[in-house]
Amino acid sequence: MEVLLALSIGVMTASGVFLILRPRTFAVVLGLTLLAYAVNLFLFAMGRLQIGLPAVIDAQQSGYTDPLPQALVLTAIVIAFGMTAFLIVLAIKARSELGNDHVDGLHLAADEEEQRHHPR
Amino acid sequence: MNLNPVIWPLLLPLLSAIVLLLVGKLPKVQRGINLLSGTLLVVFSLNAMQFALSNDPQAYALGNWPAPFGIILVLDQLSALMLVITSLLAIAALWFAIRQNSDRLGANFHVLWQLQLFGLNGAFLTGDLFNLFVFFEVLLLASYGLLLHGGGRRKTKAGLHYVALNLLGSTLFLFAVGALYGTLGTLNMADLAQKIAVIPEQNQALVASAGLLLLVVFAIKAAMFPLYLWLPQAYANTTAPVAALFAIMTKVGIYAIIRVHGMLFGEGAGELAGLHFSWLLWLGLATLLFAAFGALAAASLRQLVAYLVVASVATLLVAIGINQPESMPATLFYLIHSTFIAGGLFLLADYIRQGRPQHADKLLPDFAMPRIALIGSVFLFGSIAISGMPPLSGFFGKLLILRSALQHPDFWWILTTILSTSLLIIIALVRAGSVIFYQTLPQEKCHTRDGTAICANPSINMLGCGSIVGLLSIGVILTLFAQPIFSLTESISQQLADNKRYQQQVLQLQPKDNPHKTLHWEGIQ
Repeated sequence: MEVLLALSIGVMTASGVFLILRPRTFAVVLGLTLLAYAVNLFLFAMGRLQIGLPAVIDAQQSGYTDPLPQALVLTAIVIAFGMTAFLIVLAIKARSELGNDHVDGLHLAADEEEQRHHPR
Repeated sequence: MNLNPVIWPLLLPLLSAIVLLLVGKLPKVQRGINLLSGTLLVVFSLNAMQFALSNDPQAYALGNWPAPFGIILVLDQLSALMLVITSLLAIAALWFAIRQNSDRLGANFHVLWQLQLFGLNGAFLTGDLFNLFVFFEVLLLASYGLLLHGGGRRKTKAGLHYVALNLLGSTLFLFAVGALYGTLGTLNMADLAQKIAVIPEQNQALVASAGLLLLVVFAIKAAMFPLYLWLPQAYANTTAPVAALFAIMTKVGIYAIIRVHGMLFGEGAGELAGLHFSWLLWLGLATLLFAAFGALAAASLRQLVAYLVVASVATLLVAIGINQPESMPATLFYLIHSTFIAGGLFLLADYIRQGRPQHADKLLPDFAMPRIALIGSVFLFGSIAISGMPPLSGFFGKLLILRSALQHPDFWWILTTILSTSLLIIIALVRAGSVIFYQTLPQEKCHTRDGTAICANPSINMLGCGSIVGLLSIGVILTLFAQPIFSLTESISQQLADNKRYQQQVLQLQPKDNPHKTLHWEGIQ
């Protein structure tokens, strides 16, 4: 189980880093999402891997799994989810305003036009 | 009225943001509430400062959970100083935004403004590493909205870079937090510091790498080389009041380095003590160099001011990296100065942008702007302050930093870099000033476009100039009252150096008795 978990965190991080370095916004968004998944699994693993143990206090149980990383992961998931949603909307806005979905994409023709009429 | 100084600077912006959201249909009421709340925040911050000066670090247990299990807010003198700086800068920038009508450029400006303050104050007050992450996210999400406020393609492009980079930073933050929790089993900063002091040898490398990963995260916020490239674009293209408020955003990174690394890898950290200092020193010097080159190459005035923000952050990073007894008071003195002056210059750059008919704030010759003598004099004043020439506060800040650097073994490199970059920055400012204020085009060259002369009646909306006067006058105040303010920063540094006292105050905090409810832990066991 440890090997499988470590491998999946590693593969997701590597794919995430690769995708972030791509030139299109969609790939970057996917890369950041994958990185967020990887870090969530990583946080989860930091409470040590336990099977079949509760996190909440229970009179019948002798051992517990660490509840704190679970709370951290929950918070991190919500935040990453919200931020990714924001980034997607921003990427769509950039696509329509800049005329392309390149991460550095200023639409040059339109920009020169603006330059001529409304110099900023 | 006996207000708790720890929790109110945090509750006030949050509650105001909620109220502002509810009265979203009434823009005038929104302005009034935001101004009122901003003024109250100044009062609360000053109250917190007064409290912190006469007391030990004060901990506040959220939900009455004792440390290290619950989340702790801590108010000490450094936090209080940051609260005061933030609230003063915010009220000045807000006044400018309202007088210039820039809050009407898009929806929900006031709500985002208060949420931004909530995130900033939270980051300054928290004593828990994961809670710091959460407040970073709050302030970042609000800053995304403020950065894009008003719309436009350039803002969208700069915003996309800013958001993507900060999302990456958040992920790295979580990796670092996870690694620290996995090895040390706690996230309370005071508790972390005590555990790091007695860490077994096989875990040292892991904790050191987590600590340096945190440094990368804070370096993104503070715009340290090589992670500063997002800043000039973002700051140069956003609206002026937002750019002025963002002068504090880079200082959040500086604060986090002083607080987290100073606490976790300070003197008591055994083998890992002082892990971050050499990185800060040398990367700070590199940042300073690149910021000076950027200032020389800037195409517009706002870009130039943005590079000056990078330069001031770099000076602070170097000053932290020097790590001599006298360097921390100097760092804090320079931090106060650079935040306010940079904010004032961003607002001034907006007047210059409005007044030039053809090229806005681009550094190209243009027709004369109205009130050119007045605005030129204010620009000269701001330039003297920010470049660190006598007689204004920047000079004292840099002098104090250079004096503390003399005790450092590599003082030669530090002095050479700081002094030569100061010269480059002066050259950049002189060039910008002479292009904008002296190289004016003659009126005969004025041609017509679509039937109107392009240089006809250029006008500057001078409303809100009180903000600029207020922010830049800090340069005079810091000079006139240099002695009391320096002894204030000395007192802050003394408290900062006394890590043990802070840890004691946090970890020995007793939960308050709840008269309505008693917990029977024994029954569960």
